[in-house]
Amino acid sequence: MPVVLVTDVLVWLLVAAAAGYAIYCRRHAHLAGPWGRVFRSPAAMASLVVLGAYVALGLLDSLHFRPALAQKADAPSAYASEVLSVLDLGLAQLRGRGEKTYSAPLATRSYAKELIEQPDGRQLRDFPRLRFGGAQLHDEADWAADVAQRALGGLAVSVLLSFVVLLGTKILKKKRPDIPWQAAGISLGALLLLAGPAVALSSVYHVLGTDKVGQDVFYLALKSVRTSLVIGTVTTLVLLPVGIALGTMAGYFKGWIDDVIQYIYTTLNSIPGVLLIAAAVLMMQVYIDLHPETFPTAVQRADLRLLFLCVILGLTSWTGLARLLRGETLKLSQLEYIQAAHAFGVRDTRILARHILPNVSHIVIIAMVMDFSGLVLAEAVLSYVGVGVDPSTNSFGTMINAARLEMSREPVVWWALATAFTFMFALVLAANLFADAVRDGFDPRVRM
Amino acid sequence: MSGSVLEVTDLKTHLDTARGELRAVDGVDIELRKGECFALVGESGSGKSMAALSIMRLLPETGRIAGGRVLLDGNDLMALPEAAMRAVRGRRVAMIFQEPATALNPVLTVGRQIAEVIERHTALAGDAVRKRTLELLDAVGIPDAVRRCEEYPFQLSGGLKQRVMIAAALAAEPEVLIADEPTTALDVTIQAQILDLLAKLQAERAMAILLITHDMGIVARMAQRVAVMYAGEIVEVAGRDAFFGAPQHPYAQKLFQALPSPEKRGAELSVIAGQVPPLTGTFDGCRFVERCDFAYLRCRREAPELIAIPGDRAAQRLVRCHLREQGLAPAPQGAPAAAQEQGRLLALNSAPVLAELENLGVHFPIRKGLFKRTVGQVKAVDGVSLAIRPGRTLALVGESGCGKTTAGKALLRLIPATAGRVAFAGRDLAALTRRQLREGRGAMQIIFQDPYASLDPRMRIADVLAEGMISLGIGRDAKDRMYRMAELLEQVGLPLEALSRYPHEFSGGQRQRIAIARALAVEPKLIVCDEPTSALDVSVQAQILNLLKSLQDRLGLAYLFITHNISIVEYLAHEVAVMYLGRIVERGTVEEVLGSPQHPYTEALLSAVPAVDGRRSIIRLAGELPSPANPPAGCHFHPRCPKAMPECRAAYPEAVQLGGSRSVSCVLYRASKAASSS
Repeated sequence: MPVVLVTDVLVWLLVAAAAGYAIYCRRHAHLAGPWGRVFRSPAAMASLVVLGAYVALGLLDSLHFRPALAQKADAPSAYASEVLSVLDLGLAQLRGRGEKTYSAPLATRSYAKELIEQPDGRQLRDFPRLRFGGAQLHDEADWAADVAQRALGGLAVSVLLSFVVLLGTKILKKKRPDIPWQAAGISLGALLLLAGPAVALSSVYHVLGTDKVGQDVFYLALKSVRTSLVIGTVTTLVLLPVGIALGTMAGYFKGWIDDVIQYIYTTLNSIPGVLLIAAAVLMMQVYIDLHPETFPTAVQRADLRLLFLCVILGLTSWTGLARLLRGETLKLSQLEYIQAAHAFGVRDTRILARHILPNVSHIVIIAMVMDFSGLVLAEAVLSYVGVGVDPSTNSFGTMINAARLEMSREPVVWWALATAFTFMFALVLAANLFADAVRDGFDPRVRM
Repeated sequence: MSGSVLEVTDLKTHLDTARGELRAVDGVDIELRKGECFALVGESGSGKSMAALSIMRLLPETGRIAGGRVLLDGNDLMALPEAAMRAVRGRRVAMIFQEPATALNPVLTVGRQIAEVIERHTALAGDAVRKRTLELLDAVGIPDAVRRCEEYPFQLSGGLKQRVMIAAALAAEPEVLIADEPTTALDVTIQAQILDLLAKLQAERAMAILLITHDMGIVARMAQRVAVMYAGEIVEVAGRDAFFGAPQHPYAQKLFQALPSPEKRGAELSVIAGQVPPLTGTFDGCRFVERCDFAYLRCRREAPELIAIPGDRAAQRLVRCHLREQGLAPAPQGAPAAAQEQGRLLALNSAPVLAELENLGVHFPIRKGLFKRTVGQVKAVDGVSLAIRPGRTLALVGESGCGKTTAGKALLRLIPATAGRVAFAGRDLAALTRRQLREGRGAMQIIFQDPYASLDPRMRIADVLAEGMISLGIGRDAKDRMYRMAELLEQVGLPLEALSRYPHEFSGGQRQRIAIARALAVEPKLIVCDEPTSALDVSVQAQILNLLKSLQDRLGLAYLFITHNISIVEYLAHEVAVMYLGRIVERGTVEEVLGSPQHPYTEALLSAVPAVDGRRSIIRLAGELPSPANPPAGCHFHPRCPKAMPECRAAYPEAVQLGGSRSVSCVLYRASKAASSS
């Protein structure tokens, strides 16, 4: 039975909007030009491939359903209370193979000693073998050979695939020689080279170890991607209408409207953001706790909290965009084509929509892509503080939060933190590189 | 040749652009002699500024010098290492730029900036530097140098800033001064002051000046020799008198014919068809061939050399044209057609008034303090009365900051008037409701100065033209409007396929045509033209003026033509109103006002305009336009007026009617009127 979460709807709406925008851009020279410049930048193409991989994961993770329970043939179909996503189906192996507690990457034995009852009845305190990690090995001495063999096997497949990719770039190069396909091909190849061994190993090992309750860290990291993307994109959905409307109105109408809007955002800016968010999220939590009947599943409850976090983040971070747009609109409204429109008696709303909005759109685009990485990082910080997403939602923030106490342990449990850090770093770096390319493409001052 | 300070041979400068390598300067030879002023004239994009920057080796990052030599007293500047070049810049060759506002560092005092140059290039130090700085400020005519020395650039007016720039350039007594459009950003009366100063300094210090300009009037006033640049090449070199007497190259001839002047009234200005060819390609023939009236087969096949004109004494004249090489006589200059509009004019004089301003005032409050209390008023327009008749052009002239643009916008109610009455076709605009005003917008339109800022870059031309029609409900449906747009484009001389293109695909002149078509789309009766040609080159200006004139003849439009360019007024306008500090000081027909100006300000303004032909005696105005926030008591003009009397300080003089249609606001005429009436 499919389950429709609110954030799923928003995510797919965003995908539709992005597709619509792309078609609109193709038809309008003034938009197609800057985007063309963006895609001609090697850094943008390389980071786009990385972002694309993240987006693919996130989208697969945004199709939810409740699996049917095995029933007798004549019984009415029943569904599990657990909500799964399409991604979970693909990662069923990873999801199902829980250990008892921590284990290091690729380990065959647990990280904590336990009393083990030996076949001869004696009890021994030792590191027990893992239930799944390396369970196929009869003799642990074969471990190194086994890992190497599987890794090489995976690597061979990915080398083959990379080769196909490179061949593909050659063909594309002939069709559109102006776009740096090589950069995209190389970064896709690199991704494949990493993914091949990881996939090959993950069928029998925990590639990145397990966490405190024995969940596969690799799985947790993949599941966290969606949360980051939702925070980064859905928030802008809230932020944009407010920021654009208030910013352009302040700049265009001036006078008391400008004063009021400026007072609002200066006031909002002087309240510590974390405080405001914490207060709002805690209020939300109280509401959720008091109305458990509204939410059939735990996932839906957690999802609402995620959505609410996006709204709160959006409502507290529109001020930067509004300030930028106010300045630009102030400048634009003095320009002669706006005055010419006044001389024609064109209405204010129409001038805002037809003249101001298209001419500030480059600022909106730049702000959107630049904000994305900031929001992803903000989520991690908020979840770490404990006012972010629901603890049951997988996110980089919750991963870091769970891993922080283990940093002081001897020997240290480093893999959960390192994984969250690496995944988030790659995402934010790719987003920042792409944002730079977008700014270079759209900012008229950068254009040489 | 002996006596030459700076010798540029075969200078080539290339710029890297998105469309490939642009040969901005393509084999230029310049010889600058000791103590002479050599003018480099050309339209925008001809490469004259790039040539100057190449001499200084100050090219933008995308540019590089591809070849040639620049000999300064026999030393090749191109061969110097950068460190040695820095010692040349400012010390031996100095440069002043067009925009004094951006050429000075806003966070350093004026004195400090001049002292910097002195310390860098001379052995002076300490008090000697300060003394020298004060001397220099004195030399460039800055009053109260001791005080000014400690001031920051924002405290100085444009004219004073340019004087400071000149002082800094002179600090190390260079042999060569390169002046790149030194007065383009300044008003005519200030321009006259700066040009005087340059001429005086040149004579005193035997300094050579390389003057870069697009204004033939400035050339006529300043230069001893002239070179005309076109598309990266010099096409003609001549002594000033010979050049202005009979320009030889067809391009130079065309430039003169395109200048508006009173003799050409009623006739079409000669235009140069087409545009400067892109400099990214190579040329087989003459670069001017596509636009030349005399081109023949050889011009397309073979690039002409810069040759001395046979028979001209001392080989002073060089020209790049096949015709001249063969010794063919220069083509006759187009004779101005006789004025034939007198009769029509008289008939129109009695037509009912279309738009009338009565005591119009536009005051902007000055707010200060926490509660933004109004502490004063900037009286941008302060009691202006005008009447515009259908089919006629009223020119509003004055220096920048005098309020002429504000008056024009207040007439359209783009800026609310704070006092007085604006009537259009007999209706008081202030009494109209917002809705009525919006419906009436179509009758009055405006054309702006900057064709790059006046079209929305994100709209296709079809949308630009349709906007007003949709807003004002002109045309029944899209098809009807389409038909009308096609008609409009034909009227302004643009092809039909322009409709589906974006503004950036058009040149400045074409954009101005689109702006005119946009205004015409709503069938106006009056168009306010706010300096519509001041951002355009002379040849393009001629096209736009011709267009405006023919539209007036065909459609009976009235123009309020706001400008500071007197020669356009002489060519196009029927009536003139001269504005100074928010008020009209003199008003009358073109013949009356420009023929025999009565108000001292009009006289000074007219005399300050550098003329191509002959020289008028210049009436020098001291100082600059005062602030409209704090105008001088009495007659606003009296602090600068050469004929000021004690009573000028007492009260603002009333307008006095002199003869048929002329009125003057000056104390001088109150006396004469009183005398004549008694």
